Amino acid sequence: MSNADLAEYTPKLEALARDQGLDFYPVDFEVVPPSFMMEVAVYGLPVRMPHWSFGVRYIYQYIQHRMGHSRIFEVVFPGNPNRAYLVNNNSLPENTLVTAHVLGHADFSKNNDLFARMQSQVGYHIVEQAAERAHRIEEAIAEHGQKRVEAVLDAALALEQNIDVNFGINRPAYPERVERRRGGDERARSGFRGRYHELPGEGESLGTAAEPGSVRAPVPPRPEYDLLWFIAHYAPDLEGWEQDIFLSVREESFYFYPVFACQIMNEGWASYWHARLLREADFLPQQLYLDAIKAHSDVVRPYAGENAIALSINPYHVGFQMWEKIIAEYGLDTALRLRAEEDDFSFIRNWLDEDLAEELQLFSYTTRQGRAGEEQYVIQERDIHALREAILHPKFNYGAPRVYVAEMATDGSLLLQHDYHTDGRGLDVERAEKVLDYIHRVWRRPVRLQTADTKGKERVLEKA
Amino acid sequence: MTSDNGETRTPSRMATENRWYDLFSRGSRDWLRHNEKVRETVREELPNLISGSDVLSRPSDRTVQVPVRFLEHYRFRLRDDQQEGEAGVGQGDGEPGDVLRRAKPGEGEGGSEGGSGGGELRFVLELKVDDIVDWIWEELQLPDLKPKTTDALTDEDLIQEGWDKRGPRARLDRRRTVKEAIKRRSVQEQGGDAEPTPFSNEDLRYRQLARRKRPATNAVVAFLLDVSASMDESRRKLAKSFFFWAMQGLRRQYGQVETVFIAHTNQAWEFSEEEFFQVTATGGTVASSGFRLARDIFNERFDPAQYNQYLFYASDGDNFGDDRRSAEALLSQLCRLVNFMGFVETPQNPLEASKSEMGRLFKALGARDQPVGSYTVHEEADIWEAIRLFFQHQADDAA
Repeated sequence: MSNADLAEYTPKLEALARDQGLDFYPVDFEVVPPSFMMEVAVYGLPVRMPHWSFGVRYIYQYIQHRMGHSRIFEVVFPGNPNRAYLVNNNSLPENTLVTAHVLGHADFSKNNDLFARMQSQVGYHIVEQAAERAHRIEEAIAEHGQKRVEAVLDAALALEQNIDVNFGINRPAYPERVERRRGGDERARSGFRGRYHELPGEGESLGTAAEPGSVRAPVPPRPEYDLLWFIAHYAPDLEGWEQDIFLSVREESFYFYPVFACQIMNEGWASYWHARLLREADFLPQQLYLDAIKAHSDVVRPYAGENAIALSINPYHVGFQMWEKIIAEYGLDTALRLRAEEDDFSFIRNWLDEDLAEELQLFSYTTRQGRAGEEQYVIQERDIHALREAILHPKFNYGAPRVYVAEMATDGSLLLQHDYHTDGRGLDVERAEKVLDYIHRVWRRPVRLQTADTKGKERVLEKA
Repeated sequence: MTSDNGETRTPSRMATENRWYDLFSRGSRDWLRHNEKVRETVREELPNLISGSDVLSRPSDRTVQVPVRFLEHYRFRLRDDQQEGEAGVGQGDGEPGDVLRRAKPGEGEGGSEGGSGGGELRFVLELKVDDIVDWIWEELQLPDLKPKTTDALTDEDLIQEGWDKRGPRARLDRRRTVKEAIKRRSVQEQGGDAEPTPFSNEDLRYRQLARRKRPATNAVVAFLLDVSASMDESRRKLAKSFFFWAMQGLRRQYGQVETVFIAHTNQAWEFSEEEFFQVTATGGTVASSGFRLARDIFNERFDPAQYNQYLFYASDGDNFGDDRRSAEALLSQLCRLVNFMGFVETPQNPLEASKSEMGRLFKALGARDQPVGSYTVHEEADIWEAIRLFFQHQADDAA
């Protein structure tokens, strides 16, 4: 048996998937060496901009890999066509399973609303686009030197998650002037209408021409959470190539967002479908099927084995179990509709019920310091709402603290505000200082950041 | 692009042959860049690093091992919550209220970017002192030192030079001798001799040695340190850093550099390096005692014809007023012996640099065109400037 047989199974699996109701763009599969696979997993893209931080992740991954802790089965990049990479030293049954798994992902990324919205904005050829951007950055290094390019990448990649996906990738600039607020207006805008007007995106079309009744609009007109976009367009002294780097990082970040926000659903969906397709694939040899199902159960199981407890959940396992239950109880049509409409937030809140949580032995815990200073984990009361929120907690705001641009003064100095009320506590100051250093190097005017100290008092960090 | 126009394409494709993937590794490239950055960081930290170890007198062990963390690419993160603890979700057979501990670190962690964000792995970077010195020379654009070129400063060497017909048997050059014999026989044969003798005494050739002079490449450095009570820990550290870098500069130039460590209060002692930096003593400051010992050691152990001599003196500048005359006299003597003499001042009061007793003495010597220089050092950062000055003085003097 060799991976060459995969070429024979692939079209058959694909036909089977379509018969079962899946709908996807074609997939360009490629079987690659494990070393390359490791890089794809580390960089998030086959060819991506160079940055030393990827080198650190690479070494971690490399060590994990050498110690046998980490095995990568597949990486798939949604697009039209999708691009999928399989590893050449995985066995034929494993790669057959993975091929079916990828078809599940392909269906998900074409039909899920969030994926579809992001893809229509970012484009359908992310692999080529990223390679093109990486090439432009290489050219920038040749022209402006490694140090300067690195300084820009340090800042841009540090703010990778600080984008606002509620706006499109191509946003218009803020209006330069707004109507002068008169007393009458004030009253008209109070109540619901007023608040409606304050919503992001509303009222942006207001007068751009310098009319007598208008005043210079503040920048930003409202809290701006898309730090990458803001710096790219409003940094006082940013050069064109630097803006290009910021926008490149931002575009890739938009691309990665649905993968992040639908991880449980998406991995569960793909796992459900690899199991189902292989079960129904009568063209596969019996032994291959058995070996593949063995691989399946290795992937779709809790991180900890029998009688052990894991302190994190396996999204493949939880997602798989949820889809199995939904399809058993509500049928395939409902499942197809859910995979289009939901993301992890609604999926977990709507569909992870008490029965399933108990069956899967899920629990939420908090940490505390033991007497010897060791970390202890205390299992909390079973409460399905707390459990759901604990699962979703790391996913809010792309997993990053909420930091927004509060004000850009006329001298170009920048005020960033950390929304510590919503986040529940202040920033790690040491790291925030470093990030502020990164930002200051590209903003080139004074930069301040307000967050809270341990006692909840406002604390201001400053770079001038 | 609309969402439907891919449907007309041929179905999925499977490519199984390997292309260029093994040829290069982006991961390794970025990893190397990371290491380069670590080295840059270490480079900035060097003065601290060096002052902690006894690297001055150990030419055989010329690497510094530096434990380094992986660099972290910082991002905004929430503060760890000590009071309330972190919340998480786990899976397994546990009851509410159960208290769990980690079996072993990293168990059950899924992603490679795990919550606590790395920084646990460390690696040791071994830096060659020579490399460090090279960096600094590049960075500070320091000139190379020049040995003294006077006749006085020479080494005698036996050099093979030509051949002689007489000499000790051990220096018989067989190849030369056979050549001579062949030449002679050929002449004799042409001259009609029937059977020339194979070898005669005339054929013998001996290698000849001649005594020649060459510039000395040995150097000796005396480090003289005021260890009276006013020289506290931080001042000594500064002195040590300066000594170290001066030493490295000399090592770059000379084949062999010997070191002498002298500490003084109102008398002077010679020490080994390890002891040298730990010495504390009470007593007044009589600098001439140290200068006298340095002069005696130079005269007794280091023939000025064979050694380039350097002396560095570090103090806070104080000296007993009564000692001025003898200190001055001894310094003048030393000036005639040495290639160069440096005074490193770590003054009590930054504003009074070179106004101190010793500072004035050295200044006066400098004004008389003697090979001396004084350097004021208040903090680590000043050391580089002092070192640069020293090597420039040196180069100017030698030119």
